[in-house]
Amino acid sequence: MEAILRLEEVSKRYGGVHALERASFACAPGHIHALLGENGAGKSTLIKVMAGVVQPDEGRIVLEGSERRFLHPQEAVAAGIACIFQELSLMPDLSVADNICITNPPRRRGLIDRRAQRRIAEAALARAGAEGIHPLAPVASLSLSRRQMVEIAKALAREPKILILDEATSALTAADVERVFALLHRLRDEGLAIVYISHRMHEVAALADDCSVFRNGRHVATFAAGTRSNAETVAMMIGRDIEHAYPPKPAPLPASDARTPAIEVRDLSWNGQLHDIALTVRRGEIVGLGGLDGQGQRELFLALFGVLRGVSGEVRVEGEPVAVRSPREAKHAGIGIALVPEDRKTDGLMLPMSVRDNLSFAALDRFSRGGVVVASAEAAAVAEIVRRLSIKAPELGDAAGTLSGGNQQKVVIAKWLLNAPRIVLLNDPTRGIDVGTKQEIHVLLRRLADDGAAVLLYSTDYAELIGCCDRVAVFLDGRIVRWLAGDDLNEHALVATALDVAAEATH
Amino acid sequence: MRRDWLYHFREFRGAYAAGAMFVVIFAVYIAKHQTGWAVPVLTTAANKGVLLAIVAMAQTLPVLTSGIDLSVGMVFVLANCLASHVVVGTPLQAAAGCVAVLATGALCGFVNGAIIVWGRLQPIVTTIATGTVYYGIALGLRPVPGGDVHAGLADALTGALPGGVPAMLVVLVGVVVVVWLPFRRSVVGRAALAIGSSEAAAYMSGVDIGRTKLVTYTLAGLLAAIAGLLLTFVTYSGEASSASGGVYTLNSIAAVVIGGTSLAGGAGSAIGSIFGALVLRTIGDLLFVFDLEPLWQPLFQGVILLVAVSLGALQLLKVTDRLEIFR
Repeated sequence: MEAILRLEEVSKRYGGVHALERASFACAPGHIHALLGENGAGKSTLIKVMAGVVQPDEGRIVLEGSERRFLHPQEAVAAGIACIFQELSLMPDLSVADNICITNPPRRRGLIDRRAQRRIAEAALARAGAEGIHPLAPVASLSLSRRQMVEIAKALAREPKILILDEATSALTAADVERVFALLHRLRDEGLAIVYISHRMHEVAALADDCSVFRNGRHVATFAAGTRSNAETVAMMIGRDIEHAYPPKPAPLPASDARTPAIEVRDLSWNGQLHDIALTVRRGEIVGLGGLDGQGQRELFLALFGVLRGVSGEVRVEGEPVAVRSPREAKHAGIGIALVPEDRKTDGLMLPMSVRDNLSFAALDRFSRGGVVVASAEAAAVAEIVRRLSIKAPELGDAAGTLSGGNQQKVVIAKWLLNAPRIVLLNDPTRGIDVGTKQEIHVLLRRLADDGAAVLLYSTDYAELIGCCDRVAVFLDGRIVRWLAGDDLNEHALVATALDVAAEATH
Repeated sequence: MRRDWLYHFREFRGAYAAGAMFVVIFAVYIAKHQTGWAVPVLTTAANKGVLLAIVAMAQTLPVLTSGIDLSVGMVFVLANCLASHVVVGTPLQAAAGCVAVLATGALCGFVNGAIIVWGRLQPIVTTIATGTVYYGIALGLRPVPGGDVHAGLADALTGALPGGVPAMLVVLVGVVVVVWLPFRRSVVGRAALAIGSSEAAAYMSGVDIGRTKLVTYTLAGLLAAIAGLLLTFVTYSGEASSASGGVYTLNSIAAVVIGGTSLAGGAGSAIGSIFGALVLRTIGDLLFVFDLEPLWQPLFQGVILLVAVSLGALQLLKVTDRLEIFR
């Protein structure tokens, strides 16, 4: 088989982190090539390099025998590479036909020929197996699954030689998945090279001709589909070096522990994205949320924190049923929930405001009398928490945006600790943070639990879940599919459950 | 197909609503007017309404890209002052003067676009600053009100055509046909809507974002200059009035909103803005024929604007993830 596109020894760094390290990859016409790897293995960066969204620091891109550089997505499209990204690239206000033809609309006398555009759109929709979509419908009026079909039609309208799909089926209904599979088989037989990323192993088994496994930004192995068992594949994906020691865990609480749980959730559902979530966290416990990114972990936190509307089910705090309707109610002393959000720069901090203002913001009620902030009380509390978390800020009056990522994250955590929460929710608090600060955060979490808080930790880093948590709930498609604790809580079990190949892979 | 018609209607429902609102208000106005449906009444109404309508068209273009142009009123004033100097003399000289005025407006718009695209500044601050500069130039050209304009041209454009159609309306239709319709159907126009709808998705789809914004702001300057030139024909003079520039800028934004164009960009049309402008103008006249104090005019305009904006916000009630309200 002759490769149409080859990446040779490609590297890409973000800050000090290697997203890709001397990774190589090749795909051939008439083949469906699956990319496998756990969160952060470098798959997404790899396809962004192919699609011209990201420029590699080192390495070569060879297309049909000649070396190329794509400085802009447009250049990759012109070279015949069409990419369907996880985040949809559709313009919601524009019609389906407008979207399909946005890159290169048909023209007559300089103006867009709407009849020709409509023919192209209808043909592309038909080819994608989505004839039911009206070409004039605005994209915003379509369901997520139908939008994904439009996205596929849009890629096909460019007549690509190489088609890249990044988690293209994760939003699809079962009927649409069938259509997409039939379509991909047809396209392969027509001679397209298809690169396919999916975390669903049964999809890979049904579709792929070749598989490549990535780990920590490096290429691990490439093999013909079906030559390795799921267990072998999972083994290739894990095996990350344990970076450092975690604080020791206390002995597990007896199951018969009679104390009232700090928080108890029953049958919690929301908007088709959370289904019948049930969990209990006791004081002194760190409970982890595992699974692949985007399986409902973020939504569970938002639901508990009062951000989502239309949540059904029951939440009890210290045995009392509560209905939290806003973050303001959630942080109220009677409930005492704190959320450290996933994106500290947009949801966690007010970057242009000073470190001091950021620190005291969530707990201002505690430092004010009659609506006026008592500066001395504020300063004392801020100084105390800065010392306790050893936040390295040259000057507390500096803008929060000037701190390093690790110290910014400490500020986000610290601002909630000032509120003395009973229940602490943390959404991937160590993502993109240096090892030293990570370790400090791990120690801090354990100390919080020891001091009587209930901690819920979502992390994309499996090693962290294993090292920090007493128990881990693995999420898949908005459900908790498995609880792991004790010796069962290991990387193999976590990855296998997250990928839904648990039954055979755990041994 | 029946559904085609439905989608078309949905896309332009804001414009249709503004058009319907205008027809109703204007019918009331004519019914109450002591002269009623007569050529001089229509011509006067057209001369007043078309100026704002064209400035509102100018505002629509940047708004579609989710930008804004706060300098349109000042370009309008600058064009007026320049025209009161150069659109004089022989017909040939006057014609050359008109071209110079329009080119100046386009240049002003291009400068706005260049600063926004290459300087990466926000449209709102950029155009506040450049608008002030343009006003400064206008003041230099015309420190006190005065000047002149080619009388034949002015009379022809502000009068009525045989058959009683106000000439200004024909000019307006001409501007729509020559500027807006081609823009709407061009690749650049499509790209402008795409940018307003989702700039990231447009970039990922290979849309040339810089060029699109440049063309959009340049056209906005050109349209504002057309309106400024027409103002000269109405007043036979030039005046560097900062009050007038400010009022036209703010009213242009109001007209855009009443016309159904979202300030968030991505959806709307200049036709809607035209009707929005005519609605705003007619409300003022309506108070006049009802013998109400003109003092009430801002209050009425404000209420109508509030109602129009509230309709656009109704969809927020359906949001289930409250964070989306802030995005």
